[in-house]
Amino acid sequence: MSYIHIEHAGKSYVEQDQIFRALSDVNLDIERGELICLLGPSGCGKSTLLNAIAGFDLLDEGVVEIDGKKVNAPSTKNVTIFQNYGLLPWRTVIRNVELGLEQKSLKKEERRRIAEHYLQVVKLEAFKNRFPGQLSGGQKQRVAIARALAVEPDIIFMDEPFGALDAITRMKLQDDIVELCRNEKKTIIFVTHDIDEATYLADRVVVMTPNPGKIKAVIPVPLHHDRDRTSGDFLLVRDKIFDVLSMKVETDIEYNI
Amino acid sequence: MKKLLELRYVIVSILILLIVWQIAFVFSDYSAALFPSPLMALQALGEMLVSGQLLTSLGTSMYRFVIGYVLSVLCAVMLGLLLGCIPPLYRYVNPLLQVLRPVSPTAWMPFVVLLFGIGDVPAIVIIFIAAFFPVLLSTASAVFRMDPLYFRVAESFGIKYPALLWKIILPAIFPSIANAIHVSLGSAWIFLVAGEMVGAQSGLGYQIIDARNNVRADYLLATILVIGLIGLLLDYLIGRLEKAILRAWGGA
Ligand SMILES: Nc1ncnc2c1ncn2[C@@H]1O[C@H](COP(=O)(O)OP(=O)(O)O)[C@@H](O)[C@H]1O
Ligand SMILES: [Mg+2]
Repeated sequence: MSYIHIEHAGKSYVEQDQIFRALSDVNLDIERGELICLLGPSGCGKSTLLNAIAGFDLLDEGVVEIDGKKVNAPSTKNVTIFQNYGLLPWRTVIRNVELGLEQKSLKKEERRRIAEHYLQVVKLEAFKNRFPGQLSGGQKQRVAIARALAVEPDIIFMDEPFGALDAITRMKLQDDIVELCRNEKKTIIFVTHDIDEATYLADRVVVMTPNPGKIKAVIPVPLHHDRDRTSGDFLLVRDKIFDVLSMKVETDIEYNI
Repeated sequence: MKKLLELRYVIVSILILLIVWQIAFVFSDYSAALFPSPLMALQALGEMLVSGQLLTSLGTSMYRFVIGYVLSVLCAVMLGLLLGCIPPLYRYVNPLLQVLRPVSPTAWMPFVVLLFGIGDVPAIVIIFIAAFFPVLLSTASAVFRMDPLYFRVAESFGIKYPALLWKIILPAIFPSIANAIHVSLGSAWIFLVAGEMVGAQSGLGYQIIDARNNVRADYLLATILVIGLIGLLLDYLIGRLEKAILRAWGGA
């Protein structure tokens, strides 16, 4: 069986006496070391699905299994990176990176060494004694990435981690993520509503549509080693995703007529 | 009351007080024993200093104040955290708090005196009550208003109680409870005097009663002056402490 196994996943919310299907019959299998992008418009259940896999919010129906074990709470083997960084403003950068390491029985010096190493990885060692309030958005997210990597997680969950950043910073961080994945061989589940971002990052793009939130298509991206944002292959995959998403619009139009 | 104001403002405002006071003294029909001039009050202040009476009273009051206030803030923050972290408990305790909170701390005085007699305890208790409710309620509500992201981060890294309390919750809410801690210092100081007037035979509050009993209005006014100045000083000190903590924690 695959590393992450999602079967008949469903979740509903009751809003003003109406049942709202945030997620309906989602089936997905993810292999170790894959970078999966959950892509779709706002409200299609991307965060709901991610939180179910991460164990924050549990499902009403179906199961999520990681490594054969049913997920029913967040595991410290995995970490989540949030859109709003989730840094602790009262801790310096290096102490933020040490946060997750403090839960392990490590010596103080060892903890510091690991934290410094990962700050180096995200190229922020010069900022280690700053406070998050003194960093730019991109730098903050890099601290959050260093903090996540420091605990050597099996899976990294990211919920629109670059959503609050400008386009250029965003591209730089995308490059960093691609590089990290290749070096560290992490399994990454990445939520985004940006088609280019998904195409650039993912091994497979999971395209989702709302009402009810479900998987429309899973598109493999065969661009493993040369991710040129202007190459023909890149544009081909991008087109395919556009196709899948606009099909939804066509069916809507038919329905209205 | 926020900061020690710039010096010239301080000097001018004190001058205004002295001038108005002096004018009132000159034009009033009261005898000087009942309504003394600023100079007489200052002389009384000097006498109190020289005799050591002032320092003794001050020491006694500060002792009670520090014990009552520190104990109150510690208890209030701890209980506030408990209520904030256990919402069902809060729902049961909150009505009780809402009944007790509007009761003036002075209302408890006769009861406390009956139980503990005259001495340090009534003054400490009244200070405790004065600071307790504002800090408790603001702590609990600060926990409720905490960004849920912090809890997600903690969960993600496996940070559980009790580490969650001092690693995440306390520093996260500190900026929102600092103000209540600061303001309640002022009210605690106000009620210290009330407590000592009713429940003690020593301290600054008692000194006022004592001055009245001896019909020494000059001593009385001098004591009031000292109480005001110490209140200002305490406010300034806690403001500095608050800023220092916030700076150390990278906020502000
Ligand atoms: N706690 C909640 N209560 C009610 N509705 C919710 C809640 N969380 C999510 N939803 C609804 O579920 C749908 C999917 O939400 P979400 O997974 O956050 O979407 P996405 O991340 O793709 O934008 C949305 O329509 C949202 O309104
Ligand atoms: Mg979302």
